Amino acid sequence: MNFEEHAGKPLLRAAGLETPPGGLATTAAEAARLAGDIGPCVVKAQVPTGKRGKAGGIALAASADEAAAAAERIIGMTIGEYQVEKVLIEGQVPIASELYAAVLNDPDSKGPLILYSPEGGMDIEEIAENHPDRLMRVPVDIRKGFDEAAVRSALPANDAVADDDIVAALGKLYQAYTDNDAELMEINPLVVTEDGRLLALDCKFTLDDSAVKRRLELAESGTPDKLTGLEAKAKDIGFKFIELDGDVGILANGAGLTMTSMDAVRHYGGKPANFLEIGGEAYTLGTEALQTVLANPNVKSLLINFCGAFARTDVMVEGIVKAWKVVQPDVPVFFTIHGTGEDEAIAMVRDELGMEPFDIMDDAVKAAVEAAR
Amino acid sequence: MIVRGHETLLVQGITGKQGTFWADKMREYGTRVIGGVNPKKAGQVHLDLPVWGSAVDAAGDTQVDASVLFIPPLGVKAAALDAIEAGIPKVVIMTEHVPVQDVMYVMAAAREAGTKIIGPNTAGLVTPGECFVGFMPAFNQRIFQVGNVGVISRSGSLGTLVCLNLVQAGLGISAFVGIGGDPVIGTTTRDALQSLDEDDRTDAVAMVGEIGGKMEEAAAEYAAGMSKPVAAFIAGAASPPGKKMGHAGAIVMGASGSYEGKKAALEAGGISVTPTPSFVPGILKERLGASA
Repeated sequence: MNFEEHAGKPLLRAAGLETPPGGLATTAAEAARLAGDIGPCVVKAQVPTGKRGKAGGIALAASADEAAAAAERIIGMTIGEYQVEKVLIEGQVPIASELYAAVLNDPDSKGPLILYSPEGGMDIEEIAENHPDRLMRVPVDIRKGFDEAAVRSALPANDAVADDDIVAALGKLYQAYTDNDAELMEINPLVVTEDGRLLALDCKFTLDDSAVKRRLELAESGTPDKLTGLEAKAKDIGFKFIELDGDVGILANGAGLTMTSMDAVRHYGGKPANFLEIGGEAYTLGTEALQTVLANPNVKSLLINFCGAFARTDVMVEGIVKAWKVVQPDVPVFFTIHGTGEDEAIAMVRDELGMEPFDIMDDAVKAAVEAAR
Repeated sequence: MIVRGHETLLVQGITGKQGTFWADKMREYGTRVIGGVNPKKAGQVHLDLPVWGSAVDAAGDTQVDASVLFIPPLGVKAAALDAIEAGIPKVVIMTEHVPVQDVMYVMAAAREAGTKIIGPNTAGLVTPGECFVGFMPAFNQRIFQVGNVGVISRSGSLGTLVCLNLVQAGLGISAFVGIGGDPVIGTTTRDALQSLDEDDRTDAVAMVGEIGGKMEEAAAEYAAGMSKPVAAFIAGAASPPGKKMGHAGAIVMGASGSYEGKKAALEAGGISVTPTPSFVPGILKERLGASA
C-alpha cells in the first residue's frame, strides 16, 4: 500500500528525522492561509506516484497569493492515473546539497537493504546508472538491526555533511522502516541546509500489504489502489480483479494460471478482458466471480480455466453452476478443468450445463478466441 | 530442494483444518508423517499421531528430516524459528500473506543455522510415487507420474498444469519443487535448478516462472553451465506493466523483471522459452532425444 508524502513524513518525524514545517490544503484559500503562516513555501501535489515535479505538480511560492494561485492550478490536475485532491504546503529550505537515502526489502539478500548516495535529487535508477560507485548498499541482518560500523565503513566520501550525521540519519530511517513494516522507506532528496541541518524534503513509504493486518491504524492513512467500480466490488468480496481492454473474459484460479490464461489468449490472437483469480482462500467464490466477469459489457466469450492444487475444482465449479442459473450467460463459455476434484467438476459441467470441458487448455483458449471474433 | 520417501515429516499446525486435511492426505500417499505441533495441545493424539508442544520437543523425541507449516500468517515467524532451533534441515512454509519483515527474520536465522527454507506461499514438494509435502494434487495420476523431468514453479495452479501437460505427453516427473510466489523466499529458482541438476533421477527440467523480480535471470546464469536440457514458460507476457497481479512477485517495475528481459536472459542461458505451457513437453522430448 502506497502512502502520499504528507502521510509518510510523520513516520520519519516519529523516528527523529526533521522535515520542513508545513500543512495540507485542499483549497486555494487554505493554501494561502498556510503560506501566510509559513512564509516562502513549496506547493506540492499529493499523489502516491513519482514524477510529480516533471508533471508540473510542484511549485515555489514566495507569497500567500502565489501559493493560492499554485494550489488553484495544481488541485484537480491529473498526474499519472491520479487526480490531485490536496497539496502539501511546506516552508522553503536553503539547500546546500541533495542526498538520497532509502531502506527496502531486498529479495537478493533476503533482508533489509540500506541505500545511500551523496548524489541526490534524481531517481534512484539514474543514480545507479550514472554514479554506481557513489551508491552505497548495505544489507542488514534484521535480527541484529542497524549496524552503525558497517554503514560508516561503506559511506561514499562527501564534503557536504559529517559522516556522523549521515550515519545517525540512516539509523533513524532504518527505525522508521522497521517500526512501520515498510516495503520501502525512501527520502529523496534528503538535503543538507546551508546551516548544516539534515532535512527530509520528500518521503516515499510503501507499507507491506501482508503486514496491513497488524498495522490497521497506520493503513487508514494510506492510499487505496486505484480501482474501477467493478474492481472495488471484487476486492470487497475477496478476490483480485483487474479490468483490461480486450473481449475474452477470463476466470481462473491462482495468479500464475490466470496470467498464463491471459498469455495464451494473446498468443492465439485474442485480447483478454480481465484478470480475475479466485485462488487461495477465495476459491469458494465461484458465483461472485462469474457475476463479476460477465458484468463487463465488452466480454464476448469466456474462458474458465481451473487447475486445482489447494483450490478444489469441484467447489469452484459448484459456484459457477449456481451463478449460471442467476446470470444466464449470453456469451459462449469454454471450460478446461484439471486437478483436485476434477472428476466431480467435469461431471457437473456435463450434467448441469450440458457442456464438455476441453482436455487441453490451449484448445479451450483457441475456441474462446475464435468465438470472440 | 527435494523431499524423498524415506524422509520423516513433522506438521506444524496439524490440528487446524488445513493441517488435518493435508496431513491425512500426505500420509495416505506415503509420506512419512511422524506427528505434529500445537503448543496448546502437547501430549494429545491427533489422526493417531503424536502432538508435541514445539518442534524442538518433537526433534528431541524422534528424527525429523523436514517440517511443513500450516500456520496463520502472524504465527509463521515463531513456528519457523522453532523448527530452525530444533535443527530440522528442511522447512516448508505454505502460508500466504506473511509479513515480509517476519520472513526476512526467519531467513537470517535459517542462514545461520544452515536450515533450508521453502516458501512462504508455496504449494509444496512432490516426489511422485513416494511422498508429497504441502497441497499439490500428487495423488492425481493424470497429473503426477513417475519420470525423469524435474519441475520448478512459483505457482501451485500453474505448476499443476505443467505437470499435467508433461504426463499428457507421456513424460513423468522426478521431483516437483514449488518455490512460492512471495517476493522474499527461501529457495529461489536458481537454488531449485541446482538441486535438480544434482539429482540423479532428473534428466531434464521444466521451469515455470513469472514476470517480476530477478530470479529467472539468476537461474539462467546457472543453466548456462548445465548439460541437462531446460525449458521454461514465463507467465505474464500479456500482463499490463505496473499492475500487481495476485502474486506479490508478479509486478513489472520498469524494464527489470519484464517478460522480454526474462526471455532474453533465459535464451542466453540455453533455455528454451515457450509461448504457453503445453509446448514444454515437446521441447524437452526433442532435446532429451537429441542428447540421448
